[in-house]
Amino acid sequence: MKRMINIALPKGRLGEKAYALFAHAGYDCPELLEENRKLTFENESAGVRYFWVKPSDVAIYVERGAADIGVAGKDILLEYAPDVYELLDLGIGKCRMCVAGPKDFSDSHTGILRVATKFPAIARRHYAAQSREIDVIRLNGSIELAPILGLSDVIVDIVETGKTLAENGLAVLEEIEPISARLIANKAHYKFKGEEIEALRKMLERAVNA
Amino acid sequence: MKPETLTTQERIVFELRELYLGYGYRPYKVGKFEEYDLYMRNKKFLASEQVLTFSDTNGKLKALKPDVTLSIIKNAKDDGRSQKLCYTETVYRVPRNAYGFREILQTGLECIGRVDDYAAGEVLMLAARSLERICERYVLDVSDVGVLSGVLAEEPIGDADCARLLSLVGEKNLHGLSVACAEMGVSQITTERLTKLVSACGPLQETLDRVKLLDLPETSREALAGLRRMSDMLASYGGGNVNLDFSVVNDMDYYNGLVFRGFVEGIPAGILAGGRYDNLLLRMGKHGEAIGFAVYLDQLERLASAKPAYQTEALVLYDDQTDPLEIVRATEELRARGVSFRVQREEEPCPTCREIVRLTKERDA
Repeated sequence: MKRMINIALPKGRLGEKAYALFAHAGYDCPELLEENRKLTFENESAGVRYFWVKPSDVAIYVERGAADIGVAGKDILLEYAPDVYELLDLGIGKCRMCVAGPKDFSDSHTGILRVATKFPAIARRHYAAQSREIDVIRLNGSIELAPILGLSDVIVDIVETGKTLAENGLAVLEEIEPISARLIANKAHYKFKGEEIEALRKMLERAVNA
Repeated sequence: MKPETLTTQERIVFELRELYLGYGYRPYKVGKFEEYDLYMRNKKFLASEQVLTFSDTNGKLKALKPDVTLSIIKNAKDDGRSQKLCYTETVYRVPRNAYGFREILQTGLECIGRVDDYAAGEVLMLAARSLERICERYVLDVSDVGVLSGVLAEEPIGDADCARLLSLVGEKNLHGLSVACAEMGVSQITTERLTKLVSACGPLQETLDRVKLLDLPETSREALAGLRRMSDMLASYGGGNVNLDFSVVNDMDYYNGLVFRGFVEGIPAGILAGGRYDNLLLRMGKHGEAIGFAVYLDQLERLASAKPAYQTEALVLYDDQTDPLEIVRATEELRARGVSFRVQREEEPCPTCREIVRLTKERDA
């Protein structure tokens, strides 16, 4: 008997792009894109059940087994370090995790560096590797504002085109890691639905490379 | 004893103890507290580095145990004789991505002293049978850290890079692996070997046959030969759902040789972890070899087969008019019939039960 694969997709543009890849790979479910109040969407013949969740929650749904697989940005995976398999780079939602700050900023290493970010774990890890003492300022949005108002010296954030930074007199000072969407899987569920998940991964890989 | 008297967790604790005692593993009890220093020195061996500490009356910093193995090794006699021990203990740790300490019941066994092929195979079989007792649908993933370390030893890379590559192997992250290898200047042949090893996973015997065909360094081949001997032993024990999966990676500062992890259907995380840890013994100044595993019992109530621990079969209701002696007579009669019951006042909310014995005025009416 074919076992259904539960898939957590991130709400928003990235999720829609990811779904397009799944559909192209033969795992379509048209009602997913319709305006309705349903929470889960099923294509029984393809053996998949989708649901939309907040992008930062995908990793939690997968790690805790509510979803067998999911699509999560590498930024989320680096920040939360969930205990999951990372099976495929989907090559969508590409951007960079960067240190950014005023264009002419240079770290004098005289005091504690103030770093504003939505990604405290990534910031801590990055500067710990350089033995640099930092003061992490955790923000939930408008990170670019922090160095402009003097709240922080630099920011650690994702940069797509760099346009917002440039418009505010800021620039990328250091690139930490390239980011894109990844296919992740729950480790335990992979043991029991491995065949189905591997078949899906292979088809997705083809769709990504097409 | 009625089967429903035990919770799933209690039943499994008893069944696993019975299994381990049957193979001569001696029950071992450790205290709840341990000197914090033990964990300070072996932080990386712990599943989580956070330890719940307190000052003892003499000012010494103590910890509520986050792990049992370290205490067993610390107290193990270093006389060259083999010891086979089993335990059921509560540990206190912060599970990955959880907010705060949790009390986790674990059971497990350790074989310390001389670990030859028979001893290692016996432990592996007991790990598989432990999972089987918990749920018929289980998977025991097995690897040998020697296979990967043999491949990585061919490259002039530091410990940090090695750890990064192993972490990617642990995620089955092939795309990340090829990017990291390129960044580190790892040779094409090593990158290919790592990729092929991560991709090779499946039933132990069959997958070993496939991996045998790969071009691997001699040290990796020796490790594979060890896995083959384990596979043969498991086959003699009657097999089981044992897979070869090189993504089972443990810290090489502590583990060497065989490593394994167990899963059962219905629980979204690994519930058994173990391996060969001669390096830990060495770090703690002991001689010899060691292998063991732990089964985490905290999630077992999530199993589909888990039933409520105790269902009351009969409800005995009374009110102000009921003679207490009448209640005693009624309940003694139920007890003689082997029926479980709960006595309560009529106005209290009733739990569901199979039979109601009403000793109230309403009955008389």
